[in-house]
Amino acid sequence: MTNDANVILEVRNLNVEFTTEDGIVHAVNNVSYKVERGKTLAIVGESGSGKSVSSLAVMGLLTGTNSKISGEVFFNGKELVGADPEEVRKLRGDEMAMIFQDPLSALHPYYTIGDQLTEAVLVHNKVKDSEARIRAAEMLTKVGIPSVEQRMDDYPHQLSGGMRQRVMIAMALINGPELLIADEPTTALDVTVQAQILDLLRELQKEFGTAIVLITHDLGVVADLADEVLVMYGGSAVERAPVREIFYSPQMPYTWGLLASIPQISAKKAQLDPIPGAPPSLLNLPKGCVFAPRCTFKDQVADGACASHFPELLEVSKDHAARCHLTETQRTKIRSERKIGRM
Amino acid sequence: MFPYIVRRVFVMILMLTILSIITFLLFNAVPTDPAMLTCGKTCTPEIVAANRIRLGLDQPLYVQYIDWIKGIFVGRTYGSGSATFECSTPCLGYSFRNGEEVTTMIVDAIPVTLYLASGAFVLWMLVGISAGIVAAKNHGKWQDRAIMSVSLIGYSLPVFFVGLLLLIFAIVRWNFLPYPNYESPFEDPLAFFQTMLLPWITLAILYAAYYARLTRSQLLEIMGEDYIRTARAKGLSERVVFRKHAFRAGLTPIVTSAGLDLAGLLGGAVITEYIFSLPGLGRLAIGAVTEYDLPTITATVLVAAVFVIVANLVVDILYAAIDPRVRLT
Repeated sequence: MTNDANVILEVRNLNVEFTTEDGIVHAVNNVSYKVERGKTLAIVGESGSGKSVSSLAVMGLLTGTNSKISGEVFFNGKELVGADPEEVRKLRGDEMAMIFQDPLSALHPYYTIGDQLTEAVLVHNKVKDSEARIRAAEMLTKVGIPSVEQRMDDYPHQLSGGMRQRVMIAMALINGPELLIADEPTTALDVTVQAQILDLLRELQKEFGTAIVLITHDLGVVADLADEVLVMYGGSAVERAPVREIFYSPQMPYTWGLLASIPQISAKKAQLDPIPGAPPSLLNLPKGCVFAPRCTFKDQVADGACASHFPELLEVSKDHAARCHLTETQRTKIRSERKIGRM
Repeated sequence: MFPYIVRRVFVMILMLTILSIITFLLFNAVPTDPAMLTCGKTCTPEIVAANRIRLGLDQPLYVQYIDWIKGIFVGRTYGSGSATFECSTPCLGYSFRNGEEVTTMIVDAIPVTLYLASGAFVLWMLVGISAGIVAAKNHGKWQDRAIMSVSLIGYSLPVFFVGLLLLIFAIVRWNFLPYPNYESPFEDPLAFFQTMLLPWITLAILYAAYYARLTRSQLLEIMGEDYIRTARAKGLSERVVFRKHAFRAGLTPIVTSAGLDLAGLLGGAVITEYIFSLPGLGRLAIGAVTEYDLPTITATVLVAAVFVIVANLVVDILYAAIDPRVRLT
């Protein structure tokens, strides 16, 4: 149990495994994090890093018979792992909600948006249909849908991408949840629309006091919205820090790689700096540090420690933890040589 | 929705026209002389020539086609003077083989095929879709594997095999049922039911197997869709997610297949009708083919085609009713 009343979500040693024909996929390994009320935690990582799976596990949306979840998830002090699925269902859409990457496929193509929002109200509230519809219209107005009365009867395919994501946001927040998990909410949208959606999320967060878990691979979005950042790689949390620290003083070579691969208009180089290699197979994780096979600095660590054991997630400073065998002196030196982070 | 239907109906009429032309031409391409077929062994060239004129077979093809189509809409008078006879609307021709108007033969055969097809349809839809739902809900478990194995067997068994097997065992060997003897359901409901039961089962086995597999694969695919995850994320119960969100979406291909399969059967379930001696459209068509009864062949093909095209229209309209995205295209 968490004793901190300010924490809405606490995940401890979360593990998610999928049994497949090829073997066991270790999608999430020993991930822990906390989200404070009204704050935003960004979970960053590339595809297959376990960021989406871990949040689906939190929501109780990994329903397949082939998935195995262990560890602890406390939502408002309530343990969700192993809880009665019916209890978790009642929380979903009411106290915790989720929005997804592609709003076109995430909205049901056969129902009008008015119906879909009304349904979301009716699941958790004993109100009349007409009352639910009024609430739906109010919420749609709030997320910036113009001429709501007509739009209510539209089907998702009749709206633009940005409008659809607004509808998704309205549907997620309609019951005033304390936690919103946003799984790459802007990835499928035009750049201009992305900014509007992020602004909207920020405004609504302020108004409702909703905590947000923002899953993304876009560090621009992180800088924009996050209070805290959790960097995930190969199913593990590799660095956790307040947003400023991630950008100013990153401590893990994978985070450095992520920062270096952001395109910068001011950069003199014509090329980007991608991280060499490909993410590890979750079927067959490396024995030592998950990032070692792609890490440029592993030779600087004595005794081949990177290949033999996975470093602990250790605090480097207050609220800032990272997994890396490099010593602090080595890291500082590399960062200053390569101008990593805004020092 | 309305413009959509109008457009579909228009396309349907166009298709029917083209189809009637093709049907008509095909059977005029048959290397026999239709006039020759109108008289028996004691035929003289004079009778043949007279019949040719009487049936309008001396006219150019396009005139014959127009006469044929006109006959369907306003009826037709064959011959002139004292030797005329009326073929009333809708006139599909005159069968010399049977000495009957083709329309009468078709009208007699349609109800039989209709009862056969619709009874089998109800049976296979109920069994097939329920089995598919059970299999999908128990994906990977023994229920799923059992249903899929059984349906594979059902799907692989040809109709003539199942039909004969049922006939031999249920009727000939074990005498569960009397020998098939078709009676109208309004005159002798019991005999009707006893005759139709095995044909229904015969057809239903094949189609139920197919629909079980179709329903299962559809539902499994739909259950993996993003909007199903959204429905769960809203906190809807599994029951509502399944009934309201998944099933409706999974219905579209089932409706399409069902409409076309039913229409195909309405054109005549040839083998089943033959095995169980049902005087339906399929048997009429086969009989006509073996006897070179050209007007009847043409008519049965046309009727079967009309069923398919009308079913297509119904499917299109249902499709639009289920999926709003279709209405705009």
